[in-house]
Amino acid sequence: MPARPPTRTSISPQMTFDQIKDQATSEWEALQQKPHILVGTATCGRAAGALDVLSTFEAEIRRQNIDAPVVPVGCMGLCYAEPLVVIIKPDNFSVCYGNTTSESVRRLVEGYVVGDDPCFELALGTLEVADENAPSIPELPRFEHELRHILRHCGYINPESINHYIRRGGYSSLIKALGTPQQEIIAEIKASGLRGRGGAGFPTGTKWGLCHNASGQPKYIVCNADEGDPGAFMDRAILESDPHSVIEGMIIAGYTMGTPHGYIYVRDEYPLAVKRFKIALQQARTKGLLGNNLLGSDFSFHIEVAEGAGAFVCGEASALMYSIEGKRGMPRVRPPHSVESGLWGKPTLLNNVKTFASVPMILDRGAEWYASIGTEGSKGTAVFALAGKVAHTGLVEVPMGTTLRDLIFQVGGGVPKNKKIKGVQIGGPSGGCLPESLLDTPVDFDSLTKVGSLMGSGGMIVLDEDNCMVDAARYFLDFVQKESCGKCTMCRLGTKQLLDILVDITTGKGKIEDMDLLVELAEDIKEGSLCGLGHSAPNPVLTTVRYFRDEYEAHILEKRCPALVCKELIAYYIVPEKCDRGCEHCVLTCPTEAIKSDEKRIKIIDQTKCVKCGNCQMVCPPEYDAVIRVSPPSAIPQKN
Amino acid sequence: MKHTSSKKSTERLSHILSHHKPERVELIPILQEVEEEFGYLPREAMLEAANFTQIPASDVFGIATFYNRFRFTPLGKHPVKACMGTACHMVGGALVLDALERELGVKVGDITHDGEFSLDRVACIGCCFLAPVVVIGEDIHPRVTPFKVEEILAGLKERDAGKTAHKD
Ligand SMILES: Cc1cc2nc3c(=O)[nH]c(=O)nc-3n(C[C@H](O)[C@H](O)[C@H](O)COP(=O)(O)O)c2cc1C
Ligand code: FES
Repeated sequence: MPARPPTRTSISPQMTFDQIKDQATSEWEALQQKPHILVGTATCGRAAGALDVLSTFEAEIRRQNIDAPVVPVGCMGLCYAEPLVVIIKPDNFSVCYGNTTSESVRRLVEGYVVGDDPCFELALGTLEVADENAPSIPELPRFEHELRHILRHCGYINPESINHYIRRGGYSSLIKALGTPQQEIIAEIKASGLRGRGGAGFPTGTKWGLCHNASGQPKYIVCNADEGDPGAFMDRAILESDPHSVIEGMIIAGYTMGTPHGYIYVRDEYPLAVKRFKIALQQARTKGLLGNNLLGSDFSFHIEVAEGAGAFVCGEASALMYSIEGKRGMPRVRPPHSVESGLWGKPTLLNNVKTFASVPMILDRGAEWYASIGTEGSKGTAVFALAGKVAHTGLVEVPMGTTLRDLIFQVGGGVPKNKKIKGVQIGGPSGGCLPESLLDTPVDFDSLTKVGSLMGSGGMIVLDEDNCMVDAARYFLDFVQKESCGKCTMCRLGTKQLLDILVDITTGKGKIEDMDLLVELAEDIKEGSLCGLGHSAPNPVLTTVRYFRDEYEAHILEKRCPALVCKELIAYYIVPEKCDRGCEHCVLTCPTEAIKSDEKRIKIIDQTKCVKCGNCQMVCPPEYDAVIRVSPPSAIPQKN
Repeated sequence: MKHTSSKKSTERLSHILSHHKPERVELIPILQEVEEEFGYLPREAMLEAANFTQIPASDVFGIATFYNRFRFTPLGKHPVKACMGTACHMVGGALVLDALERELGVKVGDITHDGEFSLDRVACIGCCFLAPVVVIGEDIHPRVTPFKVEEILAGLKERDAGKTAHKD
């Protein structure tokens, strides 16, 4: 099909958009004239009490009768320091504060909104590099490595105000696109080297080209916001913080495919993301940027929101489409690929949230610019949800090619409590656990696959010496086993078998032959499954067997869990010499009354009653530190 | 969630159906709204949805049971959800779930005899930095330990007892 820019009716898109932009600019500039306060109110902020902080600011400002708007914004990525607040003053530094409370709000209003004391003792830093000795955010070690492109607006704009997005350049790529032949857009995306951020890293330009050339009408644009990895929250954060960048990317895709039909499939359990996305859609419609005859052009585009119903496998392209159609989300055999036969059997372009969010900036700044970031085979940046045993839990974005070590230690601030890092789990249930020795691996699609993991969704969990790798493998297998849709025998029964073996090992019933069996079975499941769930489900097992074999062997041969995690292989023990005797903390908190005093009032655990909840160890005052875990349980010193 | 409404359940159901078209694409959204309204999928509601969309009842049951989101028993007055996401698991989420099961005397997916507490597991609610997390109703409880589970539950029971005493 020859590319054809839309024929226009009386007003050109550019003209009306200029008016929209002017309005956004004046709203934004009016805000900048006043001191104003940004409060992070994404899910992470709310969980830490951001709504209280927000309402305290509002109340305090009302009480003092000051003209200082309080603006809810999204996630800045520094989740560990939530609730986050930024105070912006027209004639002074913009300062970011972490871990704010209602008390610190009062101090900040008094000190910096009204007065001129930036309260640096409460601050994470100034937003720009200030000339003083004040701490500044860009000078934090993490920003030496971080490069925020996909997350460029997150935390800086009100996600419920389209004008903020427009003022920062939003929707101008759409306007550019509307005057560009479709083939040129596809060529630009191809030249950028963008690869899909949904996990597999399929070249986006190629996919767009295939869908564009596919015959069959109508075509569909689908955004995959299912984000099923149980430890990842990048897509959620983007929808909650910067929904318009995704909408803009989807509209551009719609124009390029010549279709008015768009869908977004959002994971359930993301109520705020759905709410904010719907508000954003409504605002885009009101401005004429979405709907019939976009800005007076003859191109129309609509986006429907489909909410997921909690099935990991529905993140897979074909399953997702069945789910939208109202069926069970079970992947199907390919080919045909969804670019040829997807939603209702029609050509469908499905991309991840981050992929769509990347499109506007590529059109805006050019393919060459984008291709200059990252590595030879993986262009651009990678967004990770960093969690687990790492100081700076949150969202991070680094150029592809950054090493895991820099990511975890420089950006993530390393492992807390002086613990030793054991490894890192990347890509959730489909990914792998990599050991400390591989931390110099660069993060990009190909390097991670080479070491047995994968980029996956972007979940990254740091594990320390207190984590058991066999337990970690068992956890992921338990997850995929429950989530297998049951269509392929190898996936349905094979994962169950793998899980059974892992349960045996973690409960001290493992045999050394199990090691070979695990690997054999894992390979068979990879071979014998239709979709990515089965192909990748064994990854957590294969990588842990490969890199942490000694831990498996300790469980099997010595019935010992070296990390002291696996419940059946450990016992709690109170060291008599350390027990204070007078203190009763452990006795009082034991849920099963398993702890008694002996004649010298030394506490003793009745192992037959102990449920290994760990309460006693947690409450034993640190100055005594009398409760320890031992493995195997037979290692408890016996009284003679 | 509005599952305490006093309106008759048939009325509540027909209200939901009234703003949907009788098509297959609407089935999952209908079930989601029913779940939102009642806190679970009552059998009669599923039959009614099947009738409405002209989809065989067995198919509707099949679809409903395929998706984790749907439950088939009512929610407790305090719906308890333990996060079993990766970050929560790695810092003792399983011990917290053990404690919840022990203290409530129910297994995951069940409800206490008095209908006060139901217990479910969820996968990552996106505040991993507070792990391990338990959500009760709308409240997110951060950094929960087995010991804190006892305190949280005792607090809720005490609050309820206070309320009823007040009423009398
Ligand atoms: C079991 C399974 C789960 C998946 N979950 C997701 C998901 O949550 N989000 C996502 O974008 N892609 C997910 N995918 C990948 C999609 O099938 C698809 O490749 C991707 O959404 C395409 O978008 P992209 O080209 O922009 O990467 C999953 C794949 C499998 C096999
Ligand atoms: S894993 Fe529990 S909140 Fe993310």
